[in-house]
Amino acid sequence: MALPGFGLIAIFIILPFFFAIALSFTNQRLISPNPTQFIGMANYSRLLGVGVTTIQPERDDEGEIIRNAAGAPEYPRLRTIIRGNPDFANLAGMREWFSWERSDEARTIVLARDVVFMKALVNTLLFVIIVAPVQATLALGLALLINQRLRGISFYRAVYFMPVVVSIVVVSLLWRFIYDGNNGLLNNMLSALTFGWFEGHDWLGDPSTALGAIMVMSIWQAVGFHMVIWLSGLQTISPTLYEAAAIEGASKAQTFRYVTWPGLRNTAVLILIVITMQAFALFAQIDVMTNGGPRDSTQTIVFQAVERGYGRQDISGGSTISVLLFLLVLTISLIQGFLTREKT
Amino acid sequence: MAQVSLRNVRKSFGAVDVIKGVDIDIADGEFVVFVGPSGCGKSTLLRMIAGLEDITDGDLEIDGVRMNDRQPKDRGIAMVFQTYAIFPHMTVRENVAFGLTINKTPKAEAAAKVAEAARILQMEHLMDRKPSQLSGGQRQRVAIGRAIVRDPKVFLFDEPLSNLDAALRMDMRMEIGKLHQSLGASMIYVTHDQVEAMTLADKIVVLKDGLVMQVGTPMDLYHAPDNLFVAGFLGAPSMNFIDVKLTEMESELATVENAAMQPIKVAHKGRALSVGGRGVLGIRPQYLHPVAPSEGMLHGKVALTERLGAETVVEVMLKDGEKVIAALAEDRILAPGTEIGLRFDAAQAHLFADDATQRKAVH
Repeated sequence: MALPGFGLIAIFIILPFFFAIALSFTNQRLISPNPTQFIGMANYSRLLGVGVTTIQPERDDEGEIIRNAAGAPEYPRLRTIIRGNPDFANLAGMREWFSWERSDEARTIVLARDVVFMKALVNTLLFVIIVAPVQATLALGLALLINQRLRGISFYRAVYFMPVVVSIVVVSLLWRFIYDGNNGLLNNMLSALTFGWFEGHDWLGDPSTALGAIMVMSIWQAVGFHMVIWLSGLQTISPTLYEAAAIEGASKAQTFRYVTWPGLRNTAVLILIVITMQAFALFAQIDVMTNGGPRDSTQTIVFQAVERGYGRQDISGGSTISVLLFLLVLTISLIQGFLTREKT
Repeated sequence: MAQVSLRNVRKSFGAVDVIKGVDIDIADGEFVVFVGPSGCGKSTLLRMIAGLEDITDGDLEIDGVRMNDRQPKDRGIAMVFQTYAIFPHMTVRENVAFGLTINKTPKAEAAAKVAEAARILQMEHLMDRKPSQLSGGQRQRVAIGRAIVRDPKVFLFDEPLSNLDAALRMDMRMEIGKLHQSLGASMIYVTHDQVEAMTLADKIVVLKDGLVMQVGTPMDLYHAPDNLFVAGFLGAPSMNFIDVKLTEMESELATVENAAMQPIKVAHKGRALSVGGRGVLGIRPQYLHPVAPSEGMLHGKVALTERLGAETVVEVMLKDGEKVIAALAEDRILAPGTEIGLRFDAAQAHLFADDATQRKAVH
C-alpha cells in the first residue's frame, strides 16, 4: 500500500541525501571526461581550512618600525608567507579572511582556505541569530493582537498572512524595486518623510546594508506564517484559565506570564526550530536580489552550495557544503531540543 | 461573609435576552443553589455575579455596594469552575498561592494561608505535584483551595462536580457541605443536578429561560412547588401530571375529575383555574399506593416494573390511555398486564393551571 509513496520518498529524498554524503568524498563534477575519484576529506579541508599567523612590522637597520606617510606601520606582504614559503607550508594557498592589529607590535591575520565559504557561513549564522528571535517575537505580537474578538479581525488576519501566499521570488523582485538606489519606494518615502533631507541610499548595493535589507524583507515575508502558528497555539489555551486569572486579579502582563506564555511552550519550541531551519536555508532572496554580492556581503551557505554545484559544475563541492549545512542544522536542533526539553 | 442581592438583573447577547429580570436575595452565610435545565441562564447569572459577564441592566450588590462595574478581583468573590481551571504548568502549591503571588503577598503570610487551605482540604501530601499527576477530585480540591486562599466574601461554584464520576461526586458534595459549615461564608452554587441542589442548599433558586421559577428551601420546593415546572423538575422519578377537568370551586378546594378518576377535592391555592376549565393534577410517584383494582382513585394496568431493591418503580397505563409512575417503597413483583388501583392522599396532590411550555421543558 505505502510502496508508491515510500518509493517516491526513497528516490527523491533518501537517496539524494546519501548521494550527497557519498559525493562529498569524491571529486565528482557535473560533466567531466575524467572518472570520479575518491579523495577522502579533501573537500572538507578545502572548505574549512583556517590558519592564523602573526606578522611583525618591517624594521629599518636601527630596529625602528618603518611607517608610511600616515604613521601606520608597514608590514611585509602576506604573499611572502602564503606563497611557496617552506616555513609556513600549512598556510600555503590560503587567503586573508580578517585581521587585527595588536598595538604597533604585530598584526594577527586569520587565513581561510575558502574565504567566500567562510563569509557565507558567518552571514548565514548572523541571519539566523537576528531573524529567528525578531521574527518569532513579531509574529507572537501580531498573533496576540489578532487573537481578539473584534469586528473585521479576519481582514487583518488575511492581510498579515498575504505575503506568505505570494511566491518568495515575486516578493524578492518587488523588494528589489522597493530597495532600488535611484528611485526606490523606500528612498522616496524616506525622502518625503524627511522633506528631502534624506538623499537616497543604494540599500542592496552597499555591503554594509545589503544583508540587513534582506533580513528585513525576509522577516516581513514569513512573519504571517509564524503568526498563524502562534495563533493556533493561543487558541488551544482554555478560556477558563484566563477567567480564573481575571478573578485572581492578574494584570495583563501577569496573565501573559502565568497563563499565555506557559501555554505556548510547545508552540514556541516548534516555531524556534522551524524559523531556524528556514533561516539556514536562505537562498531565493539572495539569488534574486543580490547574487551574493556586493563584495560577498550576502553570500549564504545554500547559495554557495548551488553556486558551486551548478554554477561551477563542482558537484562534490556543493555536496560537501550541503552535508556541512545538514550537520550544522542538526547540531543546533539537538541543542534547541535539549534546552527546551520538558523538565520533570 | 456577605449579603448578595440582585435587583431586576438582565442580560442580553445582542437581541437575545438570556436573563430576563431576576431578583434574588442571599443572606450572609447562606448556601444558595441555582438549578435549572441546560440553557436556563444559571451559569450566565453566576458569571455576572463574578464579573466575567457584563450586567446589561439591573443592580448587583454585595454587602450593599453596587458591583456592576467593579473588576472581578474587587468584588470579594472566588470562583470554582467546572473544568477546574488550574494552571497545568504550576505545582499544586503554586496554583493555590496564585492569587497571593500576583498580589505580591509577603512570603511568610502566603505560605501560612496556603498551609491552612491545604489543611482544610486535607491535601498536604499533594502540594508539590503537578496537576497532571492528580485525579479529577484532587484537581477540583486544588481549585477550591485557590478559592479559600482568597478569603472571599462569596464563593461561587459553577457546576464543580459535573466532570467527576458518580462516586467521587458524592464525596466531594459532602466535602463542599462541610466546607460551608466550617467557613461559614456565603456560597452560590450552580448545578443541573437536583440531588446536589436538595442536599447542599439552604435556599434553592429554580431558573428557567432566564426567569426565576421559585425560590425557597429545598423542602418548600419539594412539598409546595409554585408551578408545573418546579414540580416536574425536582424529585425522582418526576411528578405525575394528570389532565383534569374542574367541576366545582370552593374558597380553598376545587373538585376535579377525569375519565379515569373519580372526583376529588384538592387545594387550588388561588391559581388561575375556573369551573369547567382544565387543570393539571400533580402527584409524586412516592405518594401513589397500590390497592386492589376496585379500590383507589386511579385504575389501570401495570405496563412495566423496575425493581431497584429498596424501591419498585411501576408504570401504570390508566384507563384513559395516560401513564403514571408509582414508586413503591418496597420490593414488589407486579406482572405486566395486572389490573391495579392506585390510592393517594388528596392533601399530597397539587393542582396547577395547565401550561404546556412548563410541562415540556422538564429535563
